[in-house]
Parts: sequence; structure tokens; C-alpha cells
Amino acid sequence: MTATEIAPVGAASPQHVPYRPPRAVRYGATAGLLVLLIAFPLVLPNPTVTSIGVFTMIYLIAAIGWNIFSGYSGYISIGHAAYYGIGQYTVALITIHAHLPGGWGLFGLLPVAGVVSALASIPIGFLLLRVRRHTFIVLTIAIMFILQLLAFNLTRFTNGSGGLTMPFPTWTGNFFNMPFYYVGLLAAVVAGAAAWWIRRSKYGLGLFAIRDDEERARGLGIKVTRSKLIAYAASAFFVGIAGGLYAPFVGSVYPQFAFDPTFDLAVAVLVFVGGIGTLSGPVLGALVLIPLQQYFYLQFGNANLYLIAYGVLFILILRLLPGGIVPGVTSAWRARLVARARARQEDTRPEDTGLKDDAGQKGRA
Amino acid sequence: MLILQAIIDGILIGGFYALMAAGLTLVFGVMEIVNFAQGILVVLGAYLSYALYSHLHIDPFLGLLITLPAMFLVGVVIYWTMIKPIRRDRVIMSLLTMFAVGTVIEGILDLIFTSNLVQTTTSYVNSSVQIGSLIFPEIYLYSFAMAVVLLSALYWLLYRTKFGRNLRAAMQNPTAARMVGIDIDRISAFTLGIGVSLAAAGGMVFGSTNSFDAASSYDLISRLLAIVIFGGFGSLSGALVASIVMLVIEDVVAVVWSPTWGQTTFYLVLILVLLVRPQGLFGRTAVRAQ
Amino acid sequence: MSVIQVTDLKKSYGGIHALSGCSMTFEDKAINGLIGPNGSGKTTLFNVITGYETADSGQVSLRGQDITNAKPDEVFEQGIGRTFQITRIFPRLTVLENVHVAAQRQGFVAQARGWDSAAERERAMEVLEFVGLARLAPEIAGDLSYGQQKLLEFAFITMARPSVILLDEPAGGVNPSLLRHISDRIRALNSEGVTFIIVEHDMEFVMRLCDQVLVMHQGSALTSGPPEQVRSDPAVLEAYLGTGPKEGS
Ligand SMILES: Nc1ncnc2c1ncn2[C@@H]1O[C@H](COP(=O)(O)OP(=O)(O)OP(=O)(O)O)[C@@H](O)[C@H]1O
Ligand SMILES: [Mg+2]
Repeated sequence: MTATEIAPVGAASPQHVPYRPPRAVRYGATAGLLVLLIAFPLVLPNPTVTSIGVFTMIYLIAAIGWNIFSGYSGYISIGHAAYYGIGQYTVALITIHAHLPGGWGLFGLLPVAGVVSALASIPIGFLLLRVRRHTFIVLTIAIMFILQLLAFNLTRFTNGSGGLTMPFPTWTGNFFNMPFYYVGLLAAVVAGAAAWWIRRSKYGLGLFAIRDDEERARGLGIKVTRSKLIAYAASAFFVGIAGGLYAPFVGSVYPQFAFDPTFDLAVAVLVFVGGIGTLSGPVLGALVLIPLQQYFYLQFGNANLYLIAYGVLFILILRLLPGGIVPGVTSAWRARLVARARARQEDTRPEDTGLKDDAGQKGRA
Repeated sequence: MLILQAIIDGILIGGFYALMAAGLTLVFGVMEIVNFAQGILVVLGAYLSYALYSHLHIDPFLGLLITLPAMFLVGVVIYWTMIKPIRRDRVIMSLLTMFAVGTVIEGILDLIFTSNLVQTTTSYVNSSVQIGSLIFPEIYLYSFAMAVVLLSALYWLLYRTKFGRNLRAAMQNPTAARMVGIDIDRISAFTLGIGVSLAAAGGMVFGSTNSFDAASSYDLISRLLAIVIFGGFGSLSGALVASIVMLVIEDVVAVVWSPTWGQTTFYLVLILVLLVRPQGLFGRTAVRAQ
Repeated sequence: MSVIQVTDLKKSYGGIHALSGCSMTFEDKAINGLIGPNGSGKTTLFNVITGYETADSGQVSLRGQDITNAKPDEVFEQGIGRTFQITRIFPRLTVLENVHVAAQRQGFVAQARGWDSAAERERAMEVLEFVGLARLAPEIAGDLSYGQQKLLEFAFITMARPSVILLDEPAGGVNPSLLRHISDRIRALNSEGVTFIIVEHDMEFVMRLCDQVLVMHQGSALTSGPPEQVRSDPAVLEAYLGTGPKEGS
């Protein structure tokens, strides 16, 4: 006779309905997606299409990285373009000063871009993470603008508004985009693996605890400051890599495109649309939204029409999918399972389930 | 003497920055909404004054009688159509929404006015009053006076009227305010209206003293956010003090060192202040429970 | 022997003196009851001991070692765990994950490993079983009822095997048969050497369970002693009835 049986707790609870699809489904979907992403440029080698693919990879890396910090810890940063910019300038400056030729060699600088961004993020994070919520959000934006201003003003290093020009690789035709695409995909896979690992580690559990109740987590022995700072640096690392890929791809670096406020918000919107704090959310968000956004860009080459279309798209998405695709779909799917389990139970034992109805709302995937 | 001149310039210019920042901080204080569109709304106000002046020859100050109510309406409409429907993660969702709204406005302004820089050049833009060796540009004097009038009106509204009392109650505890029958939605819509009109008033001066286009909004929003953080988010007096401090620092640095470093110096001061007081000069709490 | 000793603690919020020179000694390996009228400063005392609030003045010591104003994580590492009057669990994590949060691990490698190691999982299920929540382990904690959340918080505190457990109104909102179950659990842990300090308004619960009862009134200690003695102390009765004769004692 164990305590479970004597205690009248959740005695009538039904069979547990899982919050996520079965493992086989999840792993199968991941593998399928990976195959699709690998095959995509081979099937559609048109450079207009593959360049959309490259931008998608850049944002995918950034979104996964951003989610590691903001999604897991609950601290929303709208200033990660700071690291996008640092990544870009790192690659550009090294390339120019070391007189590196364009081409494969530049991809070797990606880890450097990541490390420099992560290092820069430590003092910045130390300053930022002393505040919370709105103040934190706004400070992240402010820091981003400060860096942008520095990029404009430190003309000796950055050439100010004149920008820096990168050497172009000698690749031509349909092949030009391929190396960028596949390296981007590789980086995205690495980022995804890191996000997955952190998600299921003890450390990651601490981050989620911080998201739910930081003071409580601290009272259970979690080193909250250190945890947040590590997550912040990890996300800066991946966003820096995204920047390091962007610079050689477009061939130039300008302060307003390196430290770009629209990048900040775009990444946040991607992740919110996909499902913040989930593993698949940033992936879905980036794979759906960036091609759409790039399509708009190509359709309305005229900057102002593009801005209007983009803004309206954002508003519609925020309105229609406020909780994100992944949580929305999983909770709907789970609600069906719960209803079915309940119906089955009602046949045998008409009792309360002990679970509130909104159970599915918080499903994670 | 140059430094004294710089300080005076800073204070005078700080006046109309205070208007724009007050709008931002007020909206935040009441609704916890970071109005990321405030920059482009300032530019919208500037374009309205510009259009009235260049097409209908209405003096920009006089034109405020048209632009302020118009912009008030814009704010109210944005509240009801964009902010009100947000159900969850209000803080971040409203920020993202306001950003999206700002993007649309930016696109529309760019479409109508193109990206050629313009300026509202009234007859008094380049005239000034001289006292001793100190120069007081007329436009700054007028705009400072206007800022004083509008901000006094705002203080009167907040601290001397029933509406103001309800608004402050809503700022401190929205749930309790709702329970005693205060209509939060009406107050919020009204507040966003006021915030946006203040942006327009500031924008009128901005458009008369700078040449601008739609993209000027990014520089504006970054300055306004910095001012509001420096003063303490949600604090009106903080925003006023911070505006003047920012512009004085900028102008003095420009004189004694170089104009390019003025704004950067202010940001460095901001970081130093935040190291000591993360909540800003007049911020209410250091750390809010999540 | 004393385990936690507070000396002349003071804490005020604006004009309110939540603690006004509070001195108390909690006995080691005992079940200490801490009672007092609403607003007498019990929760504030817990907050100061566990580092959630900083004292204006005074000392807190754990087995002779000074821990005044230590941070909550440091206090926890010293072996003091607590629950909150208004439960604080992690609402978006599952019940099982909640319990695992409290399982301590040191070192970088250990932190990087999966959160549900077999050994920890076994212990977590055991702890949940004790409060009867084992079957709800995979559910989202925020979906539990209030009483269940209270039990969950109690469960995850015990996960880390603290040597001292501070419970703030464990009986609030928990049904009587379950309450008996909690009492049993407290006694069992106590017999393994865990010290308890329990704030509770349910006098039956306190009198039945505690070895020593301490009474707070208006931010300081009023009296202390075995349950029977405290129960029959007229000063305690007066404090509860609100005549407040012992101001500033
Ligand atoms: N954060 C705070 N700000 C202002 N006053 C506070 C705060 N925390 C506690 N107080 C005040 O301190 C006094 C003691 O509060 P405390 O919560 O410690 O009482 P308590 O003994 O736990 O009461 P109860 O039995 O009702 O839980 C009360 O008067 C309370 O109003
Ligand atoms: Mg209490």
C-alpha cells in the first residue's frame, strides 16, 4: 500500500495525454525536413530562389540562437542585431586587414565571428541582466543603437557610413549561392543541436525555471545570473555567426544594415510566430516567414511598397497567431486527445478529470 | 561663452525633445506599452506641418490646431484597432505591433513624400535674437515656449482633473482601477492619443529645424528611448530632466570636442547611470517581480 | 541545541515595522511551530532568513555561522529550503520537471547532462509518491489545483534533502485527510534528522505536530515553549484577540 493509493490526490485523473507528438514522429519530421533542405537547391538551382534560401538560413541560425536566450529564459531581447553587426564587422575587418580572398576560406571566420560576438555579449549582458521585463527590452534596443552609432562614428575602423566592401568569391552562375546555403544549413543544424541539448540538460531546466519564476529558481540554488549570462552569450554566438555569413554574401557592411533595428524585430517576430521557447518554433517561423518576406521584397522592389506589405504581414500574423504556430497546433491536437480520453473515461467512470480545461494551452513541442 | 551658448541651446532644444519623450513615457506608464512607432509618428507630425505650410501656407505653430487633433485621432484609432485586441504577452506583443504599425507608416510616408530630404522653412527659422554675445534662434524660443505650455497643460490634466486622477490610478494598479469602475480602455485610448499628439508637436519643431525624411525616425526613436530610460521608464519628470541633460551634453561635447561624439557621449553617460541605478534617474522600482 | 538563531532583526517597509527587534532560537532536529496573528511578521522573518529580503539590522545564524543577508541560492546551498505562503511553483514546467529543478548538481559537466538522470528520476518519483502526485508527474504544474500545488512545492523542497525546512502555512487549502498525510511525512523526515520551522494558523495542526512553539507579535518574539504551555499562556491569547498588551517587548 503506497502513499499514492491512500492520498486522494488526482485520484480520478485519466490516462496522461502527452504534450508532444511521439518521439518517432518528431524525429521522423526532423529527418524529413533535413532531407528537404539539403535537396532544395539541387532541385531549384535558380539563383533568385537559392538566394532566398541563403537569407532563410541566415535568419534561421539567428532565430534558433535568439530563442536559446529569450525563449528559454523569458528575457525578451530586441537588440540582438548588436551581435549580428559585430559578426559582420568581425568577418569584414579580418578579411580586409588580412587581405583574404573571397571564397571558401572566409567561412573559416564564422566561428571567429561567433566567438567575438559572445565575448562582446558578456560585459553587455552583465549590464543588461540587472533589469527585467520592459526595462530589459528597451535597454537591449538602446545598446543596439549605441553600437550602430559607434559603427558610424569610429570611422577609422569601420569607414563610417561609407561602409566596408568585402572581396567577392569567384563562384559564378547557379553555383554562387550554394556554398553560402550549405554552410548556413550546417550552422543552423549546429545551432539546432545546441538548442536541443540545452533544452534537455540540467542547465536548460534551470533556464526554464528562471523563465517561470526567477526568484523561486534562485531560492532552489540555481545560479540565475550565471545561467542567464551563459544563455545570452550562447545566443550572441549564433547570431554573430549569422552576421558572419551575411557579410560575405552581400559583399558589404554598413552600420545601418549591420546594426539593423528591423533585424531585431524580424527575429523576434519569427520566433513568436513559430512558438517561443520551443525547439521547432524558430525553425517553422523562419522557414515560413523569411521566404514570404523575401518574396515581397522581390515583388515590390520599390522600398516603400515592400515596407508596407511587410508591416501589414507582421500585423496580420501577430493578430492571427498570437500564441505561435507550434503551441497552437499542439494544443489543438492535444485537446482532441484529451476529449477522446475523457469520452472513453466517461463510459467507465463518470468523474472529474482533475485537470483544468486549458491544459492544452501550455503544451510544448 | 561658447559653452554657455551650448548649454542654452541644449536647454532650448531639450524642450521639444521633452514633448516627444513625455508622450513615450506616458504611454508606457499607463499601458506598459513601448511605443516603438513614436519616432515615425514624430516624422508624420513633421510631414503634416510641412504639407500644411508648403501647400496651404499655414504657419506650423498655427497648424498645430489642425495637426494635434488629427494626431490625437491617429493615436485613438491605433489603440482600438491594434493594441486593444492583444490578449497575451501584452508588453512584447504591443511593442512588435507598434513596430509593424511604424513600418507601414514609414512605407506610406516614403511613398507620398519620397526619400528626398525636406524642411519646413518658415520666415523665422533663420532669424534670431541676440543678447550680448548669446544667440537665441527664434524658432527655438517659440518651440520652448510651446513645450512649456503643452507640458504645463499635461501636468494640469494629470494632477488637477478627475481624468488625471483616474489615469494615475490606472498607472499604479490597473486591476484595482478597473474594479472601482474606471474604464481602462477609454483612458488608454486617450493616453495614446495624447502621446501621439505630443509626438506631432515635437515633430513640427523637428521638421522646422532639421531636414528629414521617413528614415529619420530611427535616429529619433533611439534618442527618445535613451532619454526615457535615462529618466526612468514611466516617469514624466524623468523624461523632462533627461531630455535637457541629453541635449546639453550633446551640445557641450560638440563644442569642446566634436559634433560626431555628442550623442555617443550621452549614451556613455547613460550606461554609467544605469550601472548605478538600473531603473534610471526617477524610475520607480529597481526590479519588478515577473 | 539551536539550528537557526535570529538576533534583534529589524525590517521596516516605509512606516510599517514588519520586524521590530526579533530574537528567536529554533531548535535543531525539532519541529518548531511559529505562530502569531496576521501581520505579526512571520512571513517577513522567513523572507529575511532565506535571503528574499534584506534585514535593516540584526543577525541570522545557522549553527553558529553568520548567514545574515545571504542570497537565496546561498541559503539554499547551506541546507535551508522553504515553501511560500502563496505557492510558488514553476507553472509552465511539468510536475516532474518542477521536482528536478530542486535537485542540486555541481560542476559544468553535470549541468550539461540531461536533467532526468535515472537516479534523480527515481528519487523524484519517490518524493512525488509520498505526496500522492506521482500519477500527475507528466502534467503541466500550472494545471494542478491549489492544494496540489502546495503539495508539489513541499515535494520539491524535500528533493534537495535540506537539513532545515521552513514551511509557510502548509495546511492552507489542503483537505484534512491530506493534512494528516503531510503531518506524517513531516514526522518521518524529522525522525531522519530534518529540522522544521512551520508557520501555521491551524492550531490543531501546530499543537499536535510541534515540539516547540514560538509566538510572534507585532514583529518580535512574544513567548516560546512546549505546545501546552504556549496554549495556556494568557499573553498569547491577548495577542490573538488584538488588545496588544506587550507592545515593544
Ligand atoms: N513588501 C511589503 N511591503 C510593505 N509592507 C509589507 C511588505 N511585506 C510585509 N509587509 C507588512 O509587514 C507586516 C508583516 O507581514 P507578514 O507578511 O510578515 O505577516 P505574517 O505574520 O506572515 O501574516 P499572515 O499570518 O497574515 O501571513 C504586515 O503589516 C505587512 O503589511
Ligand atoms: Mg504570512
